[in-house]
Amino acid sequence: MTNTCLTFRDLTLGYGSHPAIHHLDGTIRKGSLTAVVGANGSGKSTLMKGIVGVLKPMAGEVIRAPGVRAAYLPQQSELDRSFPARVVDLVSLGLWPRRGLLGRHSKQDRDDVSKALMAVGLGGFEKRPIDTLSGGQLQRTLFARVLLQDADLILLDEPFNAVDAKTVGDLIALIKHWHGEERTIMVVVHDLDLVRQNFPETLLLARQPIAWGETRETLKPENLLRARRFHEAWEENAPWCEPDEHADGHDHDHHGHDHHHGVGPRAA
Amino acid sequence: MDTLYGLFIAPFADFGFMQRALIGSLMLSLGACPIGVFLMLRRMSLSGDAMAHAILPGAAAGFLFYGLEILPMTIGGLIAGVIVALGAGAVSRFTIQREDASMAAFYLISLAIGVLMVSIRGSSVDLMHVLFGTVLALNDEALTLIGGIVAVTLVSLAIFWRALVAECLDPLFLRSVSRLGSPVHFIFLGLVVLNLVGGFQALGTLLSVGLMMLPAAAARFWTVRVEPMCVLAVLIGFASCVAGLLLSYHASLPSGPAIILSAGVVYFASILFGTRGILRARIIHHRHRTA
Repeated sequence: MTNTCLTFRDLTLGYGSHPAIHHLDGTIRKGSLTAVVGANGSGKSTLMKGIVGVLKPMAGEVIRAPGVRAAYLPQQSELDRSFPARVVDLVSLGLWPRRGLLGRHSKQDRDDVSKALMAVGLGGFEKRPIDTLSGGQLQRTLFARVLLQDADLILLDEPFNAVDAKTVGDLIALIKHWHGEERTIMVVVHDLDLVRQNFPETLLLARQPIAWGETRETLKPENLLRARRFHEAWEENAPWCEPDEHADGHDHDHHGHDHHHGVGPRAA
Repeated sequence: MDTLYGLFIAPFADFGFMQRALIGSLMLSLGACPIGVFLMLRRMSLSGDAMAHAILPGAAAGFLFYGLEILPMTIGGLIAGVIVALGAGAVSRFTIQREDASMAAFYLISLAIGVLMVSIRGSSVDLMHVLFGTVLALNDEALTLIGGIVAVTLVSLAIFWRALVAECLDPLFLRSVSRLGSPVHFIFLGLVVLNLVGGFQALGTLLSVGLMMLPAAAARFWTVRVEPMCVLAVLIGFASCVAGLLLSYHASLPSGPAIILSAGVVYFASILFGTRGILRARIIHHRHRTA
């Protein structure tokens, strides 16, 4: 399985006692470009947080292939825009995997920062205070930081929010460029047309995976209909999910659970 | 020339206690002002104040058992401060409660214990001493202690600078690339306590936070980058100490408040005249560029 970047094994992620991702099994291939789609509350962002490790699994695990470094662009950034920093300071945070806490930023590093800014169309923005950026410019700045992180696994959570059409095109081009460099990319997207045009693989989520595999197959009308019927609200009196119900699921690597979990991953 | 010398140099040249006060307060500024900048940027300006109160029971315990001795009071204050900082920090990190609320809860409990302990023994004069400090009576022991605290502060800041900036600017990002997020937060809280404890001998628990926050708050009006902001805060701290001590000497005022009020003057001047201050923003911007 050297070709695997991520393995989900019976992964359940959530908040309180309520799952937002329920018993996910499957793998993400190295070098794949996967769109993650689903309704609000279907667990897309939660899955991203689980992969990057800022949310601990309630059950199961996410296994990263050894040596895989992740870069993560969250949907709800905790970025403090009032902090006195310039664009270059923010983007330079992306040097962390390379230089860590104490390593000096070399001339080469500073050049790379400028190049990353050029790549997202923000050349010359180095000295701008971050509180003067527009929403879309900030998003591109964060893309530049991801670029600089030089990660093997790139997780983008709704990166196209509040971004104009031209910039979406630029960012898609950047993502495709990463794809060409054999990086593994997962992107949470809402625009299904965008997914159909640009993403080879898709994971359709509704707390459980509804469908997972080649985009055209996954986004078939019947799958979308099933995803739409997904019940978003938590039930306070929902029955407890018993662990032994799933005992057979991971042993035999098939996904026929007693209760209906939808189809398994086809990308595996 | 003689008047200038008499006004500005003579008090320090002629009196040992003034020299000590100057050295002590300048050293304090060197450590406390950058800490204040980060407290302000993390929107924890009032936490500094809360922490200063939280130190009281520890200092009071030292005072209760050993009298007015610097070391027991300092160590006591340090312990109380660390307990409150770590407790409040842990509650905010690991539960849904925000740091302002947990800090308020912890410091109020701590303050109540402190007042209780001081009232068990000691007259109000002693309490005033604990609360308002004695910059004019710094002994060698106290100076050494302050020097040590400043050294620890500056070295820690130098080592953890990048992580501290990242933790303030984009904590979620730091968590995604490093496990330093929580440790650096607690190290920072530890430095806050350390500097407040260092300050209470010189300025008292109530005013030590002033030397931490006022120069930082003033520096905010002059620059849009952290590094210059810290340097500027230290310089403002220095100026306030010199001005405050001279004011205290010539006008026979208590030294602690004189230093803090000097910083207060710089703060108000910065609000008005700073490059990001009121006048610049409201009045002097008739002109704008085309792009």
